[in-house]
Amino acid sequence: MNTKNLTCINCPMGCSLTVEMEGDQVIRVSGNTCKRGEIYARKEVTDPTRIVTSTVKVLHGNAAVIPVKTKEDIPKGKIFDCVKALKKIQVEAPVHIGDVIAADIAGTGVDVIATKNVEQGADI
Amino acid sequence: MEKYDIVVIGGGPAGLAAAISAKRSGIDSVLILERDRELGGILNQCIHNGFGLHTFQEELTGPEYAHRFIRQVMELGIEYRLDTMVMDISREKLVMAMNRKDGLFDIQAKAVILAMGCRERARGALNIPGFRPAGIYSAGTAQKLVNVEGCMPGREVVILGSGDIGLIMARRMTLEGARVQAVAELMPYSGGLKRNIVQCLEDYGIPLKLSHTVIDIRGRERLEGVTLAEVDGRGRPVPGTEEFYSCDTLLLSVGLIPENELSGKMGVEMNPVTSGPRVNESLETNIGGVFACGNVLHVHDLVDFVSEEAGAAGRNAAAYVKEYAENSVTGSAKDSVKDGTKASTRDNWKDGTKAGTRDNWKDSVAGSAEDSVTGSVEDSVGDSTKDNRRDGTKAGTSENATGRADHQRGREIRLQPAEGVRYTVPERINVSRMDEKLSVRFRVGNVYKNCYVSTYFDRERVSRRKRQVVAPGEMEEVILTREQLLQYPDLETISIKVEA
Repeated sequence: MNTKNLTCINCPMGCSLTVEMEGDQVIRVSGNTCKRGEIYARKEVTDPTRIVTSTVKVLHGNAAVIPVKTKEDIPKGKIFDCVKALKKIQVEAPVHIGDVIAADIAGTGVDVIATKNVEQGADI
Repeated sequence: MEKYDIVVIGGGPAGLAAAISAKRSGIDSVLILERDRELGGILNQCIHNGFGLHTFQEELTGPEYAHRFIRQVMELGIEYRLDTMVMDISREKLVMAMNRKDGLFDIQAKAVILAMGCRERARGALNIPGFRPAGIYSAGTAQKLVNVEGCMPGREVVILGSGDIGLIMARRMTLEGARVQAVAELMPYSGGLKRNIVQCLEDYGIPLKLSHTVIDIRGRERLEGVTLAEVDGRGRPVPGTEEFYSCDTLLLSVGLIPENELSGKMGVEMNPVTSGPRVNESLETNIGGVFACGNVLHVHDLVDFVSEEAGAAGRNAAAYVKEYAENSVTGSAKDSVKDGTKASTRDNWKDGTKAGTRDNWKDSVAGSAEDSVTGSVEDSVGDSTKDNRRDGTKAGTSENATGRADHQRGREIRLQPAEGVRYTVPERINVSRMDEKLSVRFRVGNVYKNCYVSTYFDRERVSRRKRQVVAPGEMEEVILTREQLLQYPDLETISIKVEA
């Protein structure tokens, strides 16, 4: 059996959570003062995921870069692969909110989409 | 000279929501003045997600959240001018602005909504010894460089202050390949959201050094490093705890200050705690027809609440303009405004001498709009005033005094921050003018665990809410209802306290 310590992020309490695990199985969550803490802890130790946001270079646009995000959560361990893959990408203006910038980023099955409109313009 | 009913100063989240709400309340002549090259304000550089959970029940990034409002501005055909800097606003609501196309120009407004936002506290406010090399940025400046301009300010980073922008930038710069060595926080607790501490620092193994500060800056031309030290209970460095960090970049995330140069210059009364205007239940300042909302009023932590507050400011400004129109038609202070549920009457504030004269806004419970209001400048004594408030069909009275007369006569209730509470917005309530529900927002001065947030009507405690924790970093709210306040006709002061 091993234990993991987490800080709950659901409210400003920031409860210190202790998760007791047997292999991949969660045996017990303690330290939480509400149900949300337990749900968070179970997810965080078995399948931690994050939305990743970054920027991508734009060509011939009225902005230098365009902000993007993963359309859904991706595994926490894939964050850096995702950001690295985005570094290699350049897009041509115009680009609009929701446009797919990179499909299936870093083998996660999740698309990266634009979060802002960038119109054509003099390169900045 | 150009004329608009409502001029909104600033096209960020507050200005956008205020303009949309004013337009939806039936005012067609609305103009937004924005100094940047696009609408949306600081949201444009906040590319992380987490915005809009309250408003849209989904997590948006800053630009996406802004876009929802910008789209409405476009659809409603609200006018706006970009790259336009407001230089001055007079008490008579003459707005002086400039841009490259029109040069310097004047706009006469009937109502003005202040929505200029806030700016970051800079190094000069911190008294850090050392040289002034390149490489020291406010966190927001670095955020703009990285997320909008697409360039990195440095590679080896130390961050002073654990405000949310600093935490967000710790993660952002890490993802862009920089090494963020530490975040130092003077206080024994962080001012940032828990979620940001976990997902921006702990996820990347960045240490948060509480009760630490920067005591020296090395480097003449370019930053070479900083010395951090632990501080004691009074914020003084503890000898022997100094640690040198070699770095080329220092980011400061040490607080936000409402940007009120224009407000102060025009004579808007300020609250020294918030550094924002003092406002009443309508978010109106001491100058009639001048409203404030968003971070220029008090610094918020969630943009959703900015939008909500700005929506109220927009509605109230629209109601003011409607009265204004009727006043100028009749040329007297005697008329009424219909807005469905409320029939209100109010004089224009006569500013010149700051002796504001304003009618009492009255309830018309019956909804009869054409109640015969004699908005004469007849003074009435406290007792009859209270009757008026309860009886919507009776004539309202106006006063001839300094604009604080409402309070002196017991008609305007004062909101008072008490134990543990630093300020409240608004600070005054005229019950007859408030909506059914009023959000009173405030911040506490310290971290309190297992406490109660209590509301007192004069000496009577009317509500007590158990809280596991309240912290200075999170804005708090108490909801007051008009129904509840009408039951206390003699009420003078509402105080909000944190109790053990």
